[in-house]
Amino acid sequence: MTTTSIAVPDEPRIQTLLGLADDALILGHRLSEWTGHAPTLEEELALANIALDLIGQARMLYQATGLDEDALAYLRDPPQFRNMPIAELPNGDFAFTMVRLFLVSVAADRFWRNAVASEDPTIAAIAAKAEKETAYHVRHAAAWVIRLGDGTPESHRRAQTALNALWPYTGGFADRAGWLQAVAPVLSEATLVQPADGWMQPSGRDGRHTEHLGHLLAEMQILPRTHPGATW
Amino acid sequence: MYSQALNTKETAADTSPEATRFQARIDAEDRIEPNDWMPEAYRRTLIRQISQHAHSEIVGMLPEGNWITRAPSLRRKAALLAKVQDEGGHGLYLYAAAETLGVAREELTDQLLSGRAKYSSIFNYPTLTWADIGTIGWLVDGAAIMNQIPLCRCSFGPYARAMVRICREESFHQRQGYEIVMTLCQGTPEQKAMAQDALNRWWWPCLMMFGPPDGASEHSDTSMRWKIKRFSNDGLRQKFVDATVPQGRYLGLTFPDPDLRFDDESGHWRFGPIDWDEFRRVLAGDGPCNRERLEARRKAHDDGAWVREAALAYAAKQRIAA
Repeated sequence: MTTTSIAVPDEPRIQTLLGLADDALILGHRLSEWTGHAPTLEEELALANIALDLIGQARMLYQATGLDEDALAYLRDPPQFRNMPIAELPNGDFAFTMVRLFLVSVAADRFWRNAVASEDPTIAAIAAKAEKETAYHVRHAAAWVIRLGDGTPESHRRAQTALNALWPYTGGFADRAGWLQAVAPVLSEATLVQPADGWMQPSGRDGRHTEHLGHLLAEMQILPRTHPGATW
Repeated sequence: MYSQALNTKETAADTSPEATRFQARIDAEDRIEPNDWMPEAYRRTLIRQISQHAHSEIVGMLPEGNWITRAPSLRRKAALLAKVQDEGGHGLYLYAAAETLGVAREELTDQLLSGRAKYSSIFNYPTLTWADIGTIGWLVDGAAIMNQIPLCRCSFGPYARAMVRICREESFHQRQGYEIVMTLCQGTPEQKAMAQDALNRWWWPCLMMFGPPDGASEHSDTSMRWKIKRFSNDGLRQKFVDATVPQGRYLGLTFPDPDLRFDDESGHWRFGPIDWDEFRRVLAGDGPCNRERLEARRKAHDDGAWVREAALAYAAKQRIAA
């Protein structure tokens, strides 16, 4: 019995690129699930826009590995994915989606701004584009976190609940101290209480994930897995 | 996506000086703008038609959205997501065009969610395989273009202008859809069978998109006189069939119509009888997905209520603080 899964070379550059690409693809996938179901028409367009940016970033990063982008997205098993588990959690309510987008985008924004000066010219080129996109994602998500946190008692409760649930998934963020400094003013303006750091979930970079990634990939990968070798 | 020009009931001829001037402007191909005088029936017809068009764009996001998470390549995923986003954008500027006639978007949304407003019956059919995504682009958007190109010259300025941009995007979607179907037809036997099955299911509902046959129309056509509508349903349907049949045959697909044949004399493709009972039934609410589609829109609206309330509450606080 053969498998449709591919093997990926265990090279540090490839694995780093895959971590970034998988973060973008998996979060983009989650955001795309909102299509047709968002709270307002304007937000419908904004969420699709951000999802498109992220899927675009994922494509550039997969291509930068020199491997086939679709094989990487569609023919790896869950443990071969390198994304942070925070990206794969189900969308929950709009507060969960927006608080997550904010927390992740701040981390991504800080990464891409530094990466503009990367010695790897491909990464620097991707960063030049991604940095602008991610800056917008931060602005958009932060505006919603503030609106929800400082909106009605109901929206405040939902935003705080989301923040508490998501916090243990932020332990693996690079330069976490700097990240904390960046998120704190927004949380404060949103009148949200920053949760205390306790036990943290694994970073996902080693392929350890939540139960949710397998379901997400089963759905995403179904056609290429069912029709091996077909062109779409 | 799609809009179908409405037939309007003939009303007693208005012979007032305003009405005469109005009709003279229409006859001279002048554009009517929101602040210009217009007959109430003209305003009502346009509100109804533009909002039905907007609703169709919004409901139309659902059947295609059904395949975003399962699109078979990253390129297809991005293209489909962008396409569905375009439809949301069309909905947004169509609602804005309707608002220039003095109706609020919230009211139009209420009409859709309460089931009082109609939207295109085509979106009450399910998307069962990936081939449906290509077929919708090829056929549904193809039919939409036939309907909508004449609307770029509609007498009401905001609608006509919105239509120019919409048509440009629709024609891109149509080519994209055809390219998906072509890729399937050149692929494995399973892929080709998928494309054929999709054509079999979508062909007749697409022909129904142009509306009832001209002869069966109970209403005389004020919409034609007002230049909201410029071609008859049957005329547009024939144009669509003539354009589409050669495209399908080129791909090696067959159409699910034993009566389909090329008529040398007229130069048209002649097709068999359309099942108008099915059309009326689906329009009245009994189609495969009518309930699901409206339910999905209602759920999105209800689930989003607290978000909209929060945004309003926050904006009010900001105003007080300012």
